Amino acid sequence: MGASQTRSDNRYQDLMDKTGFSLEQIKNLHKRFLHLSGNEETISRENLESISALSNNPLRKQIIDAFFDKRNQRDDKAGFFHEIGFEQFLMVMSHFRPPNLKTTAEEKEAMRKEKLRFLFNMHDTDNDGIITLTEYRKVVEELLSKSGAIGLEAAKAIADAAMLEVASTNVPHMAPEDFYEGITFEHFEQILKGLEMESRMHIRFLDVDTTTMRCGKATM
Amino acid sequence: MDANTFTRRAGLLLVIFTFLCFIHGSRGEIPPQPAGGVTIVPPAKPDGAPQAYPDADTSNLPVFTMDYPRIQIPFEITLWVLLASFAKIGFHVYHKITIWVPESCLLISIGLIVGAIMHSVKEEPPAALSSNVFFLYMLPPIVLDSGYFMPTRPFFENIGTVLWLAVVGTLWNSIGIGMSLFAICQIEAFEVQDVNLQENLLFASIISAVDPVAVLTVFEDVSVNEQLYIVVFGECLFNDAVTVVLYNMFSFVADMPVVEPEDVFLGVARFFVVGLGGMMFGILFGFAASFTTRFTSKVREIEPLFIFMYSYLAYLVAELFAISSIMAIVSCALTMKYYVEENVSQRSCTTIRHVVKMLGTISETLIFFFLGVVTITTEHEWNWGYILFTLLFAFVWRGLGILVLTQIINPFRTIPFNTKDQFGLAYGGLRGAISFALAFTLPDTIARKKLFVTATIVIILFTVFLQGITIRPLIEFINVRKTNRDLHSINVEVHCRLMEHTIAGIEDLCGQWSHFYWKDKFMKFNNRILRRILIRDSRAESSIVALYKKLELQNAMEILDTVSGDISAAPSVVSVYEDKKSPSQPKKKFMASDLRKMHDILSKNMYKIRQRTVAFTGKHSLPNDTQTREILIRRHASIRRSIRPGSFQSPPVPKSHKYFSLPAGQGLDSKFFPAKRQSTADDHETMSEVAYPSRHSRFTKPGRSSARAMVPLHRLDTLKEAPSVDVLNESRGESSSAGHIMPNPMML
Repeated sequence: MGASQTRSDNRYQDLMDKTGFSLEQIKNLHKRFLHLSGNEETISRENLESISALSNNPLRKQIIDAFFDKRNQRDDKAGFFHEIGFEQFLMVMSHFRPPNLKTTAEEKEAMRKEKLRFLFNMHDTDNDGIITLTEYRKVVEELLSKSGAIGLEAAKAIADAAMLEVASTNVPHMAPEDFYEGITFEHFEQILKGLEMESRMHIRFLDVDTTTMRCGKATM
Repeated sequence: MDANTFTRRAGLLLVIFTFLCFIHGSRGEIPPQPAGGVTIVPPAKPDGAPQAYPDADTSNLPVFTMDYPRIQIPFEITLWVLLASFAKIGFHVYHKITIWVPESCLLISIGLIVGAIMHSVKEEPPAALSSNVFFLYMLPPIVLDSGYFMPTRPFFENIGTVLWLAVVGTLWNSIGIGMSLFAICQIEAFEVQDVNLQENLLFASIISAVDPVAVLTVFEDVSVNEQLYIVVFGECLFNDAVTVVLYNMFSFVADMPVVEPEDVFLGVARFFVVGLGGMMFGILFGFAASFTTRFTSKVREIEPLFIFMYSYLAYLVAELFAISSIMAIVSCALTMKYYVEENVSQRSCTTIRHVVKMLGTISETLIFFFLGVVTITTEHEWNWGYILFTLLFAFVWRGLGILVLTQIINPFRTIPFNTKDQFGLAYGGLRGAISFALAFTLPDTIARKKLFVTATIVIILFTVFLQGITIRPLIEFINVRKTNRDLHSINVEVHCRLMEHTIAGIEDLCGQWSHFYWKDKFMKFNNRILRRILIRDSRAESSIVALYKKLELQNAMEILDTVSGDISAAPSVVSVYEDKKSPSQPKKKFMASDLRKMHDILSKNMYKIRQRTVAFTGKHSLPNDTQTREILIRRHASIRRSIRPGSFQSPPVPKSHKYFSLPAGQGLDSKFFPAKRQSTADDHETMSEVAYPSRHSRFTKPGRSSARAMVPLHRLDTLKEAPSVDVLNESRGESSSAGHIMPNPMML
């Protein structure tokens, strides 16, 4: 990596500006990317699905889909990729950056909206801008699927209850003939208003290279 | 007017009890002289009856005797506790006082008054502050209270910071204050040259224990952000342990003429042994308690006993081995709480919480009270220089400590502490009970013990009064980051879990782990092994489901409780109406008989659930179910018929947040059978039975009932399922696997 250092640094500079990661973090993530992709330029779904640690996660499918979702690339396209490059990988990861001491209030607000958007996209698989009951149910079922003896009906009931909750908070005076189509992004924001997303939905990306550290795998 | 008379009465009561107290208090804990004890005649009780003295010549049966010494000790204890508790009642007469002045201040003030009274009559306060009494009887309830009610999730997320501040912070404070005071001691002008370094360090370790009880109440009232709250809380808890360890260490060292370097090393080693050993013991006892409660389903009355006995046992055993008993009891409580609350009945759970809180409050009240009393009645040794510098150094070192330590740990935190948080942390460092007790238990071999006691008391009084009173306005003034408290909705819970899983997944993906990874691993271990052993009914339960059940239960209870209110929502049994403020007249169209019917239905409903689950376990046969079901259905129909005409006039939806079935009944009517308003009984039955979907939806096999409830939400499902009525009836007869979820669902 000696001769190409400056070239990759420039490329990283570009990525740094776009995603907000530091140089060290980008290098680490690149190493991981190469590891996942088998030293190729792009990652496909099979690469991600073969991660063993992920197999126990109830939301595995949604998470993998999120990486290939074009909407998470912040450029308003729709649809899915078949393979993603490092830049797309980073863009998705950048949704999980934590705020630091220097983030201003507007930046925090923007971050929060981004994170909410990410979650919304996880629900809204058909990309029609609203989360319908079936979509919500699906997610809740997946969430509860690993919890043991929770029947499908319980999951459904919970999803229904949640949906009703959203409906009642956002559209308090539903006339008898009204439907509640589904949760729009604004409603979604509304119901999660109290949740401090910035402080909960983040990953502490390492600045130090962990692959060379054998004993200390976990950060604090 | 009322408040005034009440205050006067309370004051009068206080005075009377004070009199009684100081008269009886004269005994202290000294064993009473046998003969003389009987001669006391309290002024409030005129004693005209014949004396109890057996006369020399006649041996008449004494009509009236008094045997004070027999009951003396329990009697005095009870009186003191009562007096302190009356004081507590008295404070709340004036609501405004408790907002501005923390309770500990008020208790100390009352204690001061009582102490002054006692001092003026030259009485001794009860020797309640001997080392044994304090550490064996008064401290455990307080610590158990703190440990039991500690919010576990935020605690474990911040555990690094908590331990860092507690351990390193206390060390920093102790050593800093100790060294500075030693430097001061060298100055001749203050006449404290005989205090050597060890004694200074010992004293410093006593006063570096923070006890922010008052501060925590303020924090709660103001809703400061969770991070700050949990760090202050956790720090308080753990630095008690650290302080006690340091104290023991330094007092041991203070006896030694010379300190070798190996002693320092041994001290450090001992510290780890003590801390970790305490935790191990606590966890062990916690598991033992959980395991025991697994088998207590037949002896529900004594379930709470196990909790208390095991935690106290943990404490005592730790004391036996001279390891940190505070850590032991805290870790015992933390471990126990999670498993025990699943094993015991609802009532036992409430009892446990209640009693823990009660004991903790009593202990605390007593301690602060005695602080006031003892302040007046002990001999003090005042030394301007030493005491003032102690105050100064305590503040300075705490401030510096917080500043430096948070700077070091902020990079490791995901939500760093800003300057306002740091100010809150530093200013919230009040001293309290632990310092007080430790000061009193200083060995008498220390020459300047009285000086130390005086200085400790001064610091405690100063911090509690000054900082305690000013912290609220300051916190509000500097506008510390607040938190949103009310997050009990299904959506929030669902999304919290969603986020956690997502983050865990992404961390796995990018190969970088943080505490989510460990948490995940621990939860797996927990579910697979621990829960099987320790919990009687060990199905892994998601927190989402638990919350859902809890909310349903709450709703059901609220429905039963409200007599007035929004009856138009009655068909949707479990909606919660929030605006009790404006039960506008048109809503109350329904007669009392309808209300009664509603209550009947609800209770039958719950009975039905119990029956259904019992049916699952094989005690009843199905035909019984159908019978009750039909009665229910018919009742539903009659209700719906009687209330429908009225329901359309009232405002459509109560402004309730938690809707678990329908928005006010109309939607369902119009959706399903728009043409058939006066449809046959059959349709009404099914429809009205569907009106109680959430109760049944858990227990019926197809999710149809819940789908029906979602009529306004998703038309497609319901239209498909609308026609067949029979299927619905039959389907409800099957108790699905979901039926076992709540074996005791509605033991209201």
